Amino acid sequence: MTHYLLAVHGPAERDEYGNYGSEAEMNDALTATGAFNDRLRADGYWVFAGGLEPVSTSTVVDGRGDRPLHSDGPYLETKEALGGFWVIDAPDLDVALRLAAEGSRACRGAVEVRPFEGLG
Amino acid sequence: MAEQAADVRPPPDGAAAVARVFREEYGRIIASLVRRFGDIDLAEESAGEALVAAMERWPASGVPPNPGGWLTTTASRRAIDRIRRESQREAKHQAAVMSHDDTPHASTGPVEDDRLRLLFTCCHPALAPEARVALTLRLLGGLTVAETAAAFLVPETTMAQRITRAKRKIASARVPYRVPEAADLPERLDGVLTVLFLVFNEGYLATGRGEPVRAELTGEAIRLTRILRGLLPEEAEVTGLLALELLVEARREARIRNGQLVPLEEQDRAGWDRALISEGHELVRRCLATNRPGRYQVLAAINAVHTDARTARDTDWAQVVALYDRLARLDPSPIVALNRAVAVAELDGPEVALALVDRLPLAGYHAWHVARADLLRRLGRSDEARAAYDAAIAATANTAEREYLTRKRGELG
Repeated sequence: MTHYLLAVHGPAERDEYGNYGSEAEMNDALTATGAFNDRLRADGYWVFAGGLEPVSTSTVVDGRGDRPLHSDGPYLETKEALGGFWVIDAPDLDVALRLAAEGSRACRGAVEVRPFEGLG
Repeated sequence: MAEQAADVRPPPDGAAAVARVFREEYGRIIASLVRRFGDIDLAEESAGEALVAAMERWPASGVPPNPGGWLTTTASRRAIDRIRRESQREAKHQAAVMSHDDTPHASTGPVEDDRLRLLFTCCHPALAPEARVALTLRLLGGLTVAETAAAFLVPETTMAQRITRAKRKIASARVPYRVPEAADLPERLDGVLTVLFLVFNEGYLATGRGEPVRAELTGEAIRLTRILRGLLPEEAEVTGLLALELLVEARREARIRNGQLVPLEEQDRAGWDRALISEGHELVRRCLATNRPGRYQVLAAINAVHTDARTARDTDWAQVVALYDRLARLDPSPIVALNRAVAVAELDGPEVALALVDRLPLAGYHAWHVARADLLRRLGRSDEARAAYDAAIAATANTAEREYLTRKRGELG
């Protein structure tokens, strides 16, 4: 089994309904994503998942010097940012891609599938 | 396997003969080793060591009765040695082992061919399209990295990097080594057909300076297409591709004479393989009955018209042009337009065809220069024809095609 990151990238700037368009759309997406998460757990693929607060809430820390340096906001100026992710445990890429397609449909975003290094 | 047992091979005349046998058996060796050890690099390295062993032994002792079996067994032993050595060094050599599945899928029935599994791995949609063909030619076709690079007109280092990157992705992302399940099969099929057709074409007219026609590649493409058809008898495009390959393969012997390519209209039709032609025609009829036309089926139908004609003059060119019109609607590429124009020349004359050809943005494509040269020659425009032949010769490395074009250039008035 291998651990895969299923990363959902979205616009760095979010509107009132988290870029889903409307409150109804947003609720539909949240419900579908919740149901997908339940299936991941039931089928034994679940490791971890979560949606992230907007990038404006993030802080970057650089601890390489004598004293840690802090800066607010995203690490890189970008229009796209990580909006949420799953970590799943799957036997191979075909299974990971199938789950990613389901997750993408549920959360209404494209999903990047990336294996973790070494034994998952 | 029966096809192996039936092989009778002459004694080798040295390293070149060993290399030829090795290449013919390469796909089988690699596929078998990947299935057993789940590691493409290990399979390739061990196959390379088996080649060295064969080079040392065969010239003296002769080629064994089952060279593929000998090479696979030798390579397997080397792989086991390698795993032992490496597992002593680092315990985590298992990390990169690919995922594979030995249990037969209910949907795939009797298909248990290692090369077919490897084919689906090489053609996996997670790999870049250019990497899919490269891997298939390298791992199943046994082309060297240099030959694969030549087939794509890229520098060898670029191709080496492309192949290495794809293999690394297969290992670390765990691209599975198996025939996809029934639900995923139709989707995965398109990519496999594209790759098989490219492999067939590389055999039909090799891009490199070596053998001008590589029967082992056309044979391999046909073999894999046959297996695929056994797996998906209802898929009309698989049937179409097989029909196309058979109807082209039927003319293979007649296509080369004295090291020169012989164009369709000059071929000795008595040299065509009648068994392959009737099989191809039967498959085309089945496609027509199914009535779900696609690119490969139309190409097969065009070749059915050609192989139906007793002489080149008997060819039903109106039918050929009509089929190209149909193909152009399915695949509106300039290469289809070029082939259509060549057929138009037979119907409406070279002047009309030349106007069509000159309009196409294909100055980097050798077949465009070949078509222009031929049309200009027929129009008696010798100086322009000579320049076009020069451009065509410069654009191809295939020795038989160069010989043919050089002769035609020499015959200009």
